[in-house]
Amino acid sequence: MGETRGSTTTTSRGADQTVVIEARGLVKRYGSLTAVDHVDLAVEPGTFFGVLGPNGAGKTTLLELIEGLRQPDAGEARILGEPTWPRDTGLLPRIGVQQQASSFFERLTAKEQLEVFADLYGVDHRRVSELLEMSGLTDKSKTKTEDLSGGQKQRLSIACALINDPEVVFLDEPTAALDPQARRNLWDVLRGINDRGATVVLTTHHMDEAEVLCDRIAIMDHGQILTVDSPAALVRDLGAATRINLRAGAIQVEEARGIRGVEGVSQEDGTLSLTTHDPTHALTELARRDALDGLQVTGANLEDVFLNLTGREYRA
Amino acid sequence: MKAFLALTRAQWKGFWRERQNLFWILAFPLMFLVLFGSIYRDDVAPKYELVQVGDVALFDRMPAEGRQALADVFEITKTTDKAAAIQKVKDGDADGAVSMTGNTLEVSYSGADATAAGMLQGTLDSFVQSANQAVSKTPATFRLKSTRVEDSRLKPIQFLAPGLLGWAVAMGATFNSAMPFVQWRVNKLLRRIRLTPVRPESLVGSRALLSIVIALIQTALFIGIGVAFFGLKLSGAAWAAIPLVMAATLAFMALGLIVGAISKTVDAASGIANVVTLPMAFLSGSFIPLEMAPDWLLAISKFMPLRWLNDGLMDVLVRGKGAEAIGLPILVLLAFAIVCSLIAARLFKWDDKAA
Repeated sequence: MGETRGSTTTTSRGADQTVVIEARGLVKRYGSLTAVDHVDLAVEPGTFFGVLGPNGAGKTTLLELIEGLRQPDAGEARILGEPTWPRDTGLLPRIGVQQQASSFFERLTAKEQLEVFADLYGVDHRRVSELLEMSGLTDKSKTKTEDLSGGQKQRLSIACALINDPEVVFLDEPTAALDPQARRNLWDVLRGINDRGATVVLTTHHMDEAEVLCDRIAIMDHGQILTVDSPAALVRDLGAATRINLRAGAIQVEEARGIRGVEGVSQEDGTLSLTTHDPTHALTELARRDALDGLQVTGANLEDVFLNLTGREYRA
Repeated sequence: MKAFLALTRAQWKGFWRERQNLFWILAFPLMFLVLFGSIYRDDVAPKYELVQVGDVALFDRMPAEGRQALADVFEITKTTDKAAAIQKVKDGDADGAVSMTGNTLEVSYSGADATAAGMLQGTLDSFVQSANQAVSKTPATFRLKSTRVEDSRLKPIQFLAPGLLGWAVAMGATFNSAMPFVQWRVNKLLRRIRLTPVRPESLVGSRALLSIVIALIQTALFIGIGVAFFGLKLSGAAWAAIPLVMAATLAFMALGLIVGAISKTVDAASGIANVVTLPMAFLSGSFIPLEMAPDWLLAISKFMPLRWLNDGLMDVLVRGKGAEAIGLPILVLLAFAIVCSLIAARLFKWDDKAA
């Protein structure tokens, strides 16, 4: 079926639906802790949807509620129009889930793991070599999962989530504990899944990851969704200042404060930071004083959005 | 069906590729069989060590067949120093010291080993009697003819092989359900499987099939090695051990599921499974016969599934009983399996947090 699907943002199978994932008033409590606190959510077909938040924000629990792994204390989650609780074996073949832990059968090779999952879904084994190829594990197909690296395990885990060619894919922090190179490799894989038409929901605590991959982002903290929008709109709406970093000593702190439009100056760890809403003027002034040593200019990013929304340090 | 076969195959491969499994479930119990089997291998009664002081006319004048009978029972060493001979008995190096003064045969023995002491006195006494008879030239009026009967107290290997096999099956099935179950819960494979359209029965069924096959392999190995190397003699409807072992596997697997459900970590599961199976093996007579056990202990042992397995195995493997002997044990074991399964189902959790 995969080859008949286009690379547009709508799926042929989900075309009759305007909402693929829907959560209404979801609540989950563990003792006195409310892990998910009245969450409403709607995800449109073909979206690459990110759930962003610090550790303990409730991202994983929210995903588990939506996937039907846990019973909500209140509210309801639907995927493709079907309630996900109680367990619905008719719906399960249409979704794919990659969990935080690498959950594999003991002592099986990468290829054997995929074959078992193929059989569990009743899918043809031809799909196995396809997925090994896609996840770059073809040369590791005879390696036992215990002997794979962290990144290889993650990719295999994602491949297992795709074995049934799902319409909706959930990925829970797929790049956690990966080195930068492996992360970028995995991003390509994830984009590929979305390009083939699947709706992808991803949790992450990496701002850059959400910014690069996602069409829409929900920012979550304390079990609640604070806002949902596209990454660009979130940053734009923030109206945040631009930060100009220089090597410490490039210009005297007092002198920097004197530049028109500079709102704040701080110096630490050998770096002098200026914040301003008028970067053109500030940069011109700095250039005129020949004080551009070690220059870095950063606009507002999701991290600023996050700090602005939660008012607290980001615990990545 | 496809999912059931896939799960069975996956677990089968995983089992054989883990060397620890091979050790604990196959090699370890077999080691016990080899160890105990070797200790008790000598079916012949041990010889008694006798120190002969000086000349003992009674022995020396004995006809050839009498001398042979003497040599069969005693290992005789000669000395001339009576005090040294008695010291040897005191030290436990000899069972008795014998000397002859005039027409009196004098024997000194240790009271520490009642059997040896009895044997020594009895045998020597009979030698004296027959010597007296020979001297008086009176033909014997009464004769003793003895025939050995297989009594319910079995020879060591006959008892050890079924008992140790029962223990091996119990341990294998309990560990083999408790530990993977916890491991799958901890590494979230159980949840992952739950997200596939697999029916829970396929999962439990595949595990049961694997456990039964492993138990039957244990049975074949135990009986094979027992017969080939340790003089195990099968008598009775030995084939009936197969359905019996299968029923027992289900019972212990269900027990293992309870252990798995209450254990948070794999290590805890292993510990609890040990705490359950090891005392049960003693209480069920796997290592030592229950004949000398007090009544209250026998009453407790009736609640142990392993006791029923051991009794059934012994009946059809070495006590010469027919297949009807496993009827009641199988019923008890299946009932145990059902009760434990129901308890395990109530305690079952897909993952560590409450659903």
